[in-house]
Amino acid sequence: MFAAENGLKGDPRLQAISEAIRVVPHFPKPGIMFQDITTLLLDHKAFKHVVDIFVDRYRDMDISVVAGVEARGFMFGPSVALAIGAKFVPLRKPRKLPGEVISEAYELEYGTDCLEMHVGAAQPGERALVIDDLIATGGTLSAAIRLLERVGAEVVECGCVIGLPEVKGQCRLNGKPLYILVEPRELDNCC
Amino acid sequence: MSILKDEDPRIHGIKTKIRVVPNFPKPGIMFQDITTLLLDPKAFKDTIDLFVERYKGKNISVVAGIEARGFIFGPPIALAIGAKFVPLRKPKKLPGDVIFEEYTLEYGRDCLEMHVGAVQLGERALVVDDLIATGGTLCAAMNLLERVGAEVVECACLIELPDLQGRERLNGKPLYVLVEYQ
Repeated sequence: MFAAENGLKGDPRLQAISEAIRVVPHFPKPGIMFQDITTLLLDHKAFKHVVDIFVDRYRDMDISVVAGVEARGFMFGPSVALAIGAKFVPLRKPRKLPGEVISEAYELEYGTDCLEMHVGAAQPGERALVIDDLIATGGTLSAAIRLLERVGAEVVECGCVIGLPEVKGQCRLNGKPLYILVEPRELDNCC
Repeated sequence: MSILKDEDPRIHGIKTKIRVVPNFPKPGIMFQDITTLLLDPKAFKDTIDLFVERYKGKNISVVAGIEARGFIFGPPIALAIGAKFVPLRKPKKLPGDVIFEEYTLEYGRDCLEMHVGAVQLGERALVVDDLIATGGTLCAAMNLLERVGAEVVECACLIELPDLQGRERLNGKPLYVLVEYQ
């Protein structure tokens, strides 16, 4: 569900966030209109709005785990975790996390990839969020949800800055609520 | 010039939260794992607070973080001091125009990229990473920033491995670390 339809209708912060995102055509390959959040990170006010909106939403939900998917989830998740007093759990590509891990495969357009989480990072019964910059097909986020559920954590919601059209109209992923700040920018209304 | 805040009571708590994993990623390496620090909200907050207290009010407008663990610590610092966050990434991850800087590894070379236009001439910048070992990556990061005319004020890391003499590779730039691992 989009923030604008869920309590933040007309909130000027959402427009500031949207305008700070840059569209890069044909990256990483022809036909893809890449939603680049690095320009958002260069805009201190807009970046702060993103964190503030997530923090306002989640601070009273008894969340003890914020999980973020490598690498852009690392840019947003920790600030939210710090502000709500939760731990941050990085979910990483294979062989990056040292020590004991569990892994979850997920499908790409061509082939499969794999996400790993440390054994012991999340405990049974903990209430968890997954934060990422963008949700497209939901494959990566679904894998993230499965990892947390496998260790007995309860995924309360997935929070993303941008939601691509594939998820428009869907308010759930694997049965978990989705909370999305903005729609993708189009090239003709950018810059 | 590595300043260790040994007097600060928060340092001890931070030190105890870092996990050493032997023989990762290969035999003989004692890997400094900061993920256990991230599992302790107080220790993680103390870490960020120590950096923020040092850099707030010093007119720093850029915090550059090195992929991927620099992305965990850099943004909270940037947000707290009112600076922009600039990710420095492995090749082909950043879309659009980039500049790149090669650096040597133990075996072979690697490369760090930064977006063109992310940083302006004269901006005061920090480079943040979880750890300094040989200093190769930090040096490449500093070079990227200096090439676009920014002033690197300091490199900030949680952990230093002093035996690897990374500090010497920083061309006299100050290095601030919280914890040393001998």
